[in-house]
Amino acid sequence: MSNVRVLVGTRKGAFILTSDGKRNKWDVSGPHFAGWEIYHMKGSPADPSRIFASQNSGWFGQIIQRSSDGGKTWETPGGGLTPVPGGMPKGESNKFVYDSSPETGKPLTTHQWYDGTQHPWEFKRVWHVEPSLSDPDTVYAGVEDAALFRSTDGAKSWHEIAGLRGHGTGPKWQPGAGGLCLHSIILDPKNPQRIYIAISAAGAFRTDDGGKTWKPINKGLYSQYIPDPRAEVGHCVHHIAMNPSRPGVLFMQKHWDVMRSDDGGDSWKEVSGNLPTDFGFAIDVHAHEPETIYVVPIKSDSEHYVYEGKMRVYRSRNGGNEWEPLTKGLPQSNCYVNVLRDAMAVDSLDKCGIYFGTTGGQVYASADAGDNWAPIVEHLPSVCSVEVQTLK
Amino acid sequence: MIRVELPQHLRTLAKVGREVQLEIEGPVTQRSVLDALEARYPMLQGTIRDHDTLKRRAFLRFFACEQDLSHDPPDTPLPESVASGKEPFLIIGAIAGG
Repeated sequence: MSNVRVLVGTRKGAFILTSDGKRNKWDVSGPHFAGWEIYHMKGSPADPSRIFASQNSGWFGQIIQRSSDGGKTWETPGGGLTPVPGGMPKGESNKFVYDSSPETGKPLTTHQWYDGTQHPWEFKRVWHVEPSLSDPDTVYAGVEDAALFRSTDGAKSWHEIAGLRGHGTGPKWQPGAGGLCLHSIILDPKNPQRIYIAISAAGAFRTDDGGKTWKPINKGLYSQYIPDPRAEVGHCVHHIAMNPSRPGVLFMQKHWDVMRSDDGGDSWKEVSGNLPTDFGFAIDVHAHEPETIYVVPIKSDSEHYVYEGKMRVYRSRNGGNEWEPLTKGLPQSNCYVNVLRDAMAVDSLDKCGIYFGTTGGQVYASADAGDNWAPIVEHLPSVCSVEVQTLK
Repeated sequence: MIRVELPQHLRTLAKVGREVQLEIEGPVTQRSVLDALEARYPMLQGTIRDHDTLKRRAFLRFFACEQDLSHDPPDTPLPESVASGKEPFLIIGAIAGG
């Protein structure tokens, strides 16, 4: 029988929830890395025992943790205790250095600051880790200030995929309210050379040559908060989701607007339809029904909590435009929490399980594709991210 | 033997107790102490000072002998009582309120 492992990153540590395929009873382990912000954790599809975690602190900076036993024990790759002073391996797992070499980095030294002036690139944290689909030692990291890094030695050392910033539009990128963050990384399961990423607030980009060159894929986006609402870059894309069976079809939760693309991001059209508000962060796709998508509408860009005090997940079964509220088991009064962009995930069981975590510290799950919900853990610290592993 | 006291989160990260002891040859300065600390506990690289610039992270302070040494040049000799091991070199997470 299959098992499910839910990886929850919170403002004050990581939690790992496990259940069998019925998904009724859950064991909770944690907090791991107590007291630290865990922006994101994700398991390797190539080796589910391997999990990467982004651990951060305003005081001590960025740490990358790695587990090789499903989250029971953790290590900082390359940073093991050394026996004697001198001559020991370097602890580099937390070393993210922007590529400024003329050959590959095309030194790009500034981006736009909040006030419109130019500002130098400064590493702050890792927002998202995306393990390779095929190699457990290869993992990507989306960081703030926005850039994409890759490790091919199990997160011991990191190198920037500099072609993204080398695209040349960096001076037009500007931080969103959460910072200038690269938060979405989607690896195409059918084309290893194709990667999608998204940056707040620059927009979505795609490479078709393994990261050497990138193109902005924002045609069709409309953002009133930038001087040219249809600009090539500058859009505050909040998250992108894809069903692996149809890697050319993308769904996007933008700052405002829910969008879809049927041509790998070359063009987008709005599918907000009858949503009560189309502002939000999280978006995901059913594991087996690629036209069934989920969002959590948030009241507005100035009021980051669910609309009307009701926790409602909205589901569209036909790829957008027509949405139905899912409420059974979710609080329908006095609820003022947010669901952040990486805090929704799906399992691949039949029926598909849907999971999301809130800034109020609840993790809700539905074992029937959203028809019925229940909290599987409550009273955690504010949830930053939720990822799910379906274990055979 | 130099004594260095770490904040709680760095103790957890390095899997050590409140205080670590380091052997340092040559002048005992902030730089030589931190070099030795990071060499002994590589997972602390980047958590106390920047990887490249080696500047102290903004929210950390260095105290010893009831003095704030945070803004001293990194190659200034530390007080004799730190060099002799009588007093610890304190790495403190800056706290500005509750």
